[in-house]
Amino acid sequence: MLGRLTLDALPHDPIVLGGVISMLGGGLAAVIGLTYFKKWKWLWKEWLTSLDPKKIGVMYLVVAILMLIRGGVDALMMRTQQATSVDGSQGFLSADHFQQVFSAHGTMMIFFVAMGLIFAVMNLLIPLMIGARDVAFPFLNSVSFWLFVSGMMLMNISLMIGEFSAAGWLAYPPLSGLEYSPGVGVDYWIWALQLSGIGSLLSGVNFFVTILKMRAPGMTLMKMPIFVWSCLGSLILIMFAFPILTATLGMLSLDRLIGTHFFTSDLGGNPMMYVNLIWAWGHPEVYILILPVFGIFSEVVATFSRKQLFGYTSMVWAIGAITLLSFTVWLHHFFTMGGGANVNAFFGIMTMIISVPTGVKVFNWLFTMYRGKVRFATPMLWFMGFIATFVIGGVTGVLMSVPAIDFQVHNSLFLVAHFHNMIIGGVVFGIFAGITYWWPKFTGFKLNEKLGASAFWCWLIGFILAFLPLYALGLMGATRRLNHYDSTTGWQPLFIVAAIGVLFIAFGLMLQVIQVAYSIWKRKEYAVDSNDPWSSGRTLEWATTSPPQEYNFASTPQITTRDAFWEMKETGKSVFGKAEDIYIPKNSATGVLIGITAIGLGFGIVWHIWWLVIVTGITILALLIQRLSTDDTERLLPAKEVAAIEKAHGGITA
Amino acid sequence: MSQHALVVKDKTLSGFWAYLMTDLVLFATLFATYGVLRNNIANGPSGKDIFDMPFVLVETMLLLTSSFTAGLAMIALHRRQAKTMVMLLLATFALGAGFLGMELYEFNHLVHEGHSWRESAFLSAFFTLVGTHGLHILVGLVWLSVLFGQLIKKGITEHTERRLLLFSMFWHFLDIVWIFIFTFVYLVGVM
Amino acid sequence: MKKINIFFGGVVAVILTAMVAWFFAHRNSFAVLNPEGNIGVQQRDLFFFACLLSLVVLVPVYTLLFFTAWRYRASNKKATYKPKWTHSRLLETVWWGIPGILIVILAIITFKTSHDLDPYKPLSSNKKPITIQAIALEWKWLFIYEDYNIATVNYLEIPEKTPINFKITADAPMNSFWIPKLGGQVYAMKGMETKLHLIADKTGTYTGNSANLSGEGFAGMKFRVRSSTEKQFHDWVARAQKTSNTLTYDTYDELAKPSTNHKETIYATVDSKLYSTILHKYMPHSSGQKTEKSKKYHSDNHTKTDHSHTEAQHNTHEGMHH
Repeated sequence: MLGRLTLDALPHDPIVLGGVISMLGGGLAAVIGLTYFKKWKWLWKEWLTSLDPKKIGVMYLVVAILMLIRGGVDALMMRTQQATSVDGSQGFLSADHFQQVFSAHGTMMIFFVAMGLIFAVMNLLIPLMIGARDVAFPFLNSVSFWLFVSGMMLMNISLMIGEFSAAGWLAYPPLSGLEYSPGVGVDYWIWALQLSGIGSLLSGVNFFVTILKMRAPGMTLMKMPIFVWSCLGSLILIMFAFPILTATLGMLSLDRLIGTHFFTSDLGGNPMMYVNLIWAWGHPEVYILILPVFGIFSEVVATFSRKQLFGYTSMVWAIGAITLLSFTVWLHHFFTMGGGANVNAFFGIMTMIISVPTGVKVFNWLFTMYRGKVRFATPMLWFMGFIATFVIGGVTGVLMSVPAIDFQVHNSLFLVAHFHNMIIGGVVFGIFAGITYWWPKFTGFKLNEKLGASAFWCWLIGFILAFLPLYALGLMGATRRLNHYDSTTGWQPLFIVAAIGVLFIAFGLMLQVIQVAYSIWKRKEYAVDSNDPWSSGRTLEWATTSPPQEYNFASTPQITTRDAFWEMKETGKSVFGKAEDIYIPKNSATGVLIGITAIGLGFGIVWHIWWLVIVTGITILALLIQRLSTDDTERLLPAKEVAAIEKAHGGITA
Repeated sequence: MSQHALVVKDKTLSGFWAYLMTDLVLFATLFATYGVLRNNIANGPSGKDIFDMPFVLVETMLLLTSSFTAGLAMIALHRRQAKTMVMLLLATFALGAGFLGMELYEFNHLVHEGHSWRESAFLSAFFTLVGTHGLHILVGLVWLSVLFGQLIKKGITEHTERRLLLFSMFWHFLDIVWIFIFTFVYLVGVM
Repeated sequence: MKKINIFFGGVVAVILTAMVAWFFAHRNSFAVLNPEGNIGVQQRDLFFFACLLSLVVLVPVYTLLFFTAWRYRASNKKATYKPKWTHSRLLETVWWGIPGILIVILAIITFKTSHDLDPYKPLSSNKKPITIQAIALEWKWLFIYEDYNIATVNYLEIPEKTPINFKITADAPMNSFWIPKLGGQVYAMKGMETKLHLIADKTGTYTGNSANLSGEGFAGMKFRVRSSTEKQFHDWVARAQKTSNTLTYDTYDELAKPSTNHKETIYATVDSKLYSTILHKYMPHSSGQKTEKSKKYHSDNHTKTDHSHTEAQHNTHEGMHH
């Protein structure tokens, strides 16, 4: 009846229990709050069932930040363990638990934090920046989001029922195969990723078509804001990389469920093929995350330098080059597999070539500041922090792209420091810059600057303390993922510093939560008085109301130049016309229901509860058929009403 | 058709193209896997031992013909010959179901002979690649049944027309994938 | 705002200075930067060279970053303001070009060193190399001295200035064989053989480990490496051959069972086919135990059997080429 699920699956470990209780407690508090303030209907109508990409974007953001906190707790646990587990002391985590924690940390941070943040900014900004009203497929967008949520839920359920994978964030077989990981952990990992991965793939298609088909008339590709270009690169990568992930996870799952021999050690299976396939997805994934962030920084640095972006054409070529090259470097993740000198040299050289377009972008950003008027508002601090840290990550990346060097630092903490350098210094700093920059656009008020700046400095100091020691540890011969080591190694002081660094980061994150809460409380005081609160906005989103109405623009803009809004301010000629009749997608509960059902589907497969798999599978199919047979999915907002709304909110209409 | 409907149709078709590209990458991954594992037959049979070419050829003809009838149905749709179109789509369905039936028979036969996906990496890759295609065919058949329902209820409207176009794209795509499977799995396998 | 930035900027400067000073003071504890084997030395030199090369980009970037940020701050009324100056063919050519040239240089070096420092390449020396079979188990390393018919667990004794040819495999999840003081690592995989060639330039004791997660006891997969003089080494071999432990298939099966932090062990004799048995037991066709069904196929079709056999052997020799 319940497959392999028994009472043993409930947590016994006090630490896990603590995590479960705090999570359930948080959930319960939210339920009580919603009930007390009678907000359920509001939540359902205004948010959960909404097909407005701006609202979906905000929901992505909320989920990703919550998961950032969870992933951060994992990081704290890991660093505490490593700072204390020396000689006679085994630390406070068992080896298996420690391995689950770092596997969960990596999975969480990449799939449910970084990807969530990227989709948040894409949802919020792509339609606005291209002068569109919506994404190409609003319902599909909702399905993507809810699949992302279902994957996230499944992963968190693993904490309460059963266990998570202890095979690392990419679960190499044979360790992740049935032979060495017979439990449910790896299955949770597979299905959390499979569900959210399909969501990501659908989003990739959706936004790709949005950018190609829904740009405002006159906005040729070379007139698109650079953020949109960078997203386009990222989306192309999603479309080509995520199917590989889907297939690879599928095969690993078949190995575990029905006894196929793709990646087993016996009967002809080939574990090395898994490593190749997973990195054929995994390396592009890095660029999927970093490209949009390059776009954010391009917008931020131009706005806060009161200039247009330097070297637009170079930037576009650089994005194109990175997009293309990112599929030719995956093998640099395993030079140590013994691929032979020529193979290793080829992939090493391709890898270092990518640093050229990336370097070009850095110089273009610096020259955007050059002869500008640079204001050091919080987003600009993040930018400075980004350049200062990211180039170090870039250099260490190039170092490791030389196979003969890589042999000495591969899988060491040097590598761990390198990719955190890229992900924190790049992706995370970039998203924070973006959030602060676009916050007033979507809320109508700015965030407190002092708290923002303090948070930034905590993050930067935390980053330096947490990761520079890891570079050193790697060079001392410390491998990653150790739950215990001897004091004779001399590593402990550095691990302690790294743990202190994580505390600083945690403090920075706390300051940001306070910053948001405080700014909401003081929102009247911080309210912006124009649609263009930084007064040097260049792109179309700054032309519409803050927050934008659900239809974004009352009339479709007619574009003639790059940086249309900047040009409009310069020449005084509006790109907007009279308010128009507008089609708006109706709310749909189907996405939510699919998401919830998908949790059941994943759970059923993980625990071998086959009736649940069948029931949920049929339900999802029925929901889809029902939705796809519905013709009446939009409502018309007449021009008159649009004009009235715009008038009330101070929008731009002719 | 209204301006709005044309815009919707245009972006839906583009979106479906984009989706098909991603599906192609999925199949490409499975093809690549099959290519790597093709000779890893362990203690089991090789393709030569188990592929029954005349059988597969009939299977292939069924699918090719169904793709052809689907194409003719689209021409009928364009000319608004509702009856002809429905007849052609019924033929498409029947041929597709025939194909799927034969595939299931082949699978069942192999498993019965003791050559299931558990026997070797080659068989794992074979069952997964061909089975994934079969699963797509099944989805296509379910989709087509739903479309029959819609046609009965609503007739040819801007919405049903758009959906029929999407279905035909999907069906031709599966036909092309099958040609690759036929060539690289079966033909190369028996050579 | 300004005060906050100046204060924290100072804090960052202090932290960075302190860290760099600490690193400098402890510079001798960086194993990778203080190698005691020729391969490690070459890898270290390459590391430093690449670092120096990267300064060509790092220095201008940091200079420009802080210079432009200071010079073009909004409050500086004297600075030029040219909002429309957004393109310069010359400048953009420079920063496509110079990093491009650097990468060409590095690419040439990469190509050359990938061959020179290919872990599969035997080292040239006037001394006869010693071949050691390294097998990753759950969770310990088994070393078999092919030429001396002895074996050790989690302990490696090697003579200085003598090339060591490691043949590496696993009877466990994937591990990575790494002795930081001697040189780079290579994966240890089931049913595959990888190779690594190292040499110790002097006597000393080092630590080896596994760099790739392999399950619960992974952190304990470390071993002691003692590089001794040739005489000491041969004395050690002689002593080892007199110990009472022998490594047969039975004792191996016992040893291969999962255990953590296994103690250092020496075996006086080893079954000479043990390594190849371990290597081949995950390969069909080599086990000698075929089912009825498979016999049918293999007698039916000789050419095919031969073909797949070479395929399997190919696998063992080439790591990931197959």
